[in-house]
Amino acid sequence: MAADGMAMDPVLSVRNLSLEFVTRRGVLRALNEISFDIARGEVLGVVGESGAGKSLTGTAIIGLIDKPGRLSGGEIWLKGQRIDNIGHDGLRKIRGRRIGMIFQDPLTSLNPLFRVGDQIAETILTHMPVSKAEARTRALALLTEVGIPAPESRIDAYPHEFSGGMRQRVVIALALAAEPDLIIADEPTTALDVSVQAQIITLLKRLCRTRGTSVMLITHDMGVIAETADRVAVMYAGRIVEIGPVADVIRHPKHPYATGLMGAIPALGAKVQRLTQITGAMPRLNAIPAGCAFRPRCTVAIGKCAEAVPPLVPVGATSARCWLHDAQVERSTSHG
Amino acid sequence: MADMPSPATPDDGIDRRSAFARFLDSDLFFAFKSSPVAIVSFIVSVVMIGAALLAPVISTQNPFNPAELNLMEGMTKPGTANEFTGKSFVFGTDPQGRDMYSAVLYGTRVSLLVGAASVLFSATIGVFLGLMAGYLGGRTEAVIMRVADIQLSFPAILIALLVFGVARGIIPPAQQEGATLILLIVAIGLSNWAQYARTVRGSTLIEKGKEYVQAARVIGRSPLVIMVRHILPNVMGPVLVIATINLALAIIEEATLSFLGVGMPPTQPSLGTLIRIGQQFLFSGEWWILFFPAMTLVILALAINMLGDWLRDALNPRLQ
Amino acid sequence: MAEPVLRVENVRRLFDVSKPWLERVIAREKPQFLRAVDEVSFEIRPGETFALVGESGSGKSTVAKMVVGLLPPSAGAVHFSASMGGDRVRPGAIQMIFQDPYASLNPRWRIRDIIAEPMEALNHPADPAARAARVADLLTLVGLSPLDGEKYPHQFSGGQRQRVAIARALSSEPQFLVCDEPTSALDVSVQAQILNLMRDLQERLGLTYLFISHNLAVVRHMAHRIGVMYLGRLVEVQETEALFAAPRHPYTRLLIDAVPDLEQIGRDRVPVQGEVPSPINPPSGCTFHPRCPLAMEICMREVPAFDGSVACHAAKERAMAGGLTLS
Repeated sequence: MAADGMAMDPVLSVRNLSLEFVTRRGVLRALNEISFDIARGEVLGVVGESGAGKSLTGTAIIGLIDKPGRLSGGEIWLKGQRIDNIGHDGLRKIRGRRIGMIFQDPLTSLNPLFRVGDQIAETILTHMPVSKAEARTRALALLTEVGIPAPESRIDAYPHEFSGGMRQRVVIALALAAEPDLIIADEPTTALDVSVQAQIITLLKRLCRTRGTSVMLITHDMGVIAETADRVAVMYAGRIVEIGPVADVIRHPKHPYATGLMGAIPALGAKVQRLTQITGAMPRLNAIPAGCAFRPRCTVAIGKCAEAVPPLVPVGATSARCWLHDAQVERSTSHG
Repeated sequence: MADMPSPATPDDGIDRRSAFARFLDSDLFFAFKSSPVAIVSFIVSVVMIGAALLAPVISTQNPFNPAELNLMEGMTKPGTANEFTGKSFVFGTDPQGRDMYSAVLYGTRVSLLVGAASVLFSATIGVFLGLMAGYLGGRTEAVIMRVADIQLSFPAILIALLVFGVARGIIPPAQQEGATLILLIVAIGLSNWAQYARTVRGSTLIEKGKEYVQAARVIGRSPLVIMVRHILPNVMGPVLVIATINLALAIIEEATLSFLGVGMPPTQPSLGTLIRIGQQFLFSGEWWILFFPAMTLVILALAINMLGDWLRDALNPRLQ
Repeated sequence: MAEPVLRVENVRRLFDVSKPWLERVIAREKPQFLRAVDEVSFEIRPGETFALVGESGSGKSTVAKMVVGLLPPSAGAVHFSASMGGDRVRPGAIQMIFQDPYASLNPRWRIRDIIAEPMEALNHPADPAARAARVADLLTLVGLSPLDGEKYPHQFSGGQRQRVAIARALSSEPQFLVCDEPTSALDVSVQAQILNLMRDLQERLGLTYLFISHNLAVVRHMAHRIGVMYLGRLVEVQETEALFAAPRHPYTRLLIDAVPDLEQIGRDRVPVQGEVPSPINPPSGCTFHPRCPLAMEICMREVPAFDGSVACHAAKERAMAGGLTLS
């Protein structure tokens, strides 16, 4: 499915996106040469630890970067239209209409003073040429679709009358209201209990399949990615260090950071005596080491790693940003 | 990244810089440097406070030592030479030949002393009561906060007048003049503690819920140790802001009391006393006797208040 | 079997969630209480890790607070072994590690003072030089440098702060550590470091852990025995392997099934519907019955008794019928 998607025009295409913060202590590069595509109906998981830049990538795509942050390079294309340079008004039309958003805390997306049905209908009316009655009918249909029990009576309830999981369902309905091409879901299940999380994941997957909506799923939870995503991008210190089909990245990660990350996650299946441990922590933005940012924590670093940032090169089914694989590529080409 | 400015400290991460060097590198100092209002009001405040402290050195006379006054020099206009002695006075003189410049210096000194001491007094009471209310909760909290509510529903000046009046009734008249300074400090201090108590109680409630306080409780530390050593240092930021703004208010409050005649006596005048004396001469044309003390009061209060406002904004993370 | 380090007997904890007194009187409402914990009993044996796992509102953190004495139980009792000081536990014998390393260290204190605080509180050792030496040893023990003692908390990452918190907990030479979600605020790679460190320390120092977590995978990795809590009650207690191999309570099964797992790439499933009800107004009988696939008529009426391993009418019935499988 992913391979087919690549051949078709991607819904979202991000090319060499860079983002920096201008502070009094200098310019901090928060995102560096981020490039990826999301095909129609595809779920791209973006995973990384705090400070990796995964949420910032989502925020940059919907154009909600606040000062002192600024895009310093690259392009963002949504279905063939460039959207990183269209200004505030242009972006406002795209947000909600063509890109829907789901955040960790449902209360940030819902206005506590309005009935949920009215909020969904309002979004529909803003973006689509339908009558008020039609908008309400659609809102009801959406609430049914996202699995709100007794939607006819719940449509006139206020956000605080819903439980956490139900609220997140309402947010998903809201995100779908204008039938967007892409949904950016930033830690949509992090605030939820594990049993509710399972419900929301299942719902997202189902909607994505039936509607053909693409999803950029940002989370720190590799388990959620494993169950939900088609492809996954692993981020570290503002760069994508590995990207590829989810099964390949999880079972045969190529970047040493991705390898360490997979080993560090305690599994439900087999019990291991010791978890793989990556020493140290992600560097702060103002102290990102030269060369490969992962080098100080890497157990297989070579001399070259300190000198230059490795490029993202294809390794088997995935692509990784690691000199070790680059050297292999060079060797194989010289021999072959 | 190679183009990142590297810290000058050795790489073990221990900050060996002096407190001053750290301050120069702090966000607060950066905000200060980039705010003209803050710089101007800071310089004005420092100059005025410095001048008041150095009053005995930089004044031309001790304006309250009758031996140093010359009646012949009375009512000299500012900047003009006295018709008898030929001396000139920048701020002019009053009917007793008192140099207004020196009088203002000494008056500022008294005003600042009363202001600062009363702020210290009310902050101490307020912080202590606020900590108790926030940390102990229950009945202690209810009593302290209701008293604060009642206190806040009366104008501060009224409470100061009340405290002052009661104290005057108790203290024998012979000792009253000497005790006035202390009385003023206590009266103004008692009229302002509630604001500190409220703020500190609020911050204490937040800190109390944090895990470092629970950790101290698990260790078995006493409530007093937890309040003083753990919570107090973490709630002092807002107190500093209130104290700065209250310093300006306390100076004005003191001036009001003195202007009303219940404050500092003419033998030991504050800016308020000088203004009260000066307004008697306003309509006979000797404007400078009122003008210079009044201007000094306005500028001093304004500068300190603006500094306090800036400090509040700079320390408030929501506004950044 | 050795004497348990800790015996928790039928503890209950109520929280007053009534409106303020005046409002309540005017509205003629009765005081309202939330049963955060009810009839919870368990034992922890020396040297083992006992985990309490559950979703929000399960009362697991409230149990932890009652064990360390931050909250008094409304009913029931917590007993300690003689080596811990019996019913009046020896000061410093229990310590706690908290969830949020950003909030658990006083930002105004130097690391060395933070770690030395328990020693200062107990005045043991009394000699400041001995304390300083012990702080340096503890820093080394948790994988930091003795030089780090001079720094302030803000100079450290979350994982390093949690190491400092562990060093502080160890400085009073406790036998028993209560760990309340010690890694849930940390990133995965850092979580692995802390979990490994905690296991190493347990081996070296013979510590006993009460480990509170909502993360089943972490609990499985750390615990010898696991107690599952739902809405303030203990619904199942089993040895870790047995619990995962054959969960007896339907809620345990639900939890295990709900965890997204790396092994199950792209799996589709039918998740159990419903959410944890509000603890202020819990369902009658077995509080899990509205979500339970095995619910029977009796479950709505009667709270199932905890038989030392499970509290479930259905499980008991099956046990009597000779089968334990739930699916």
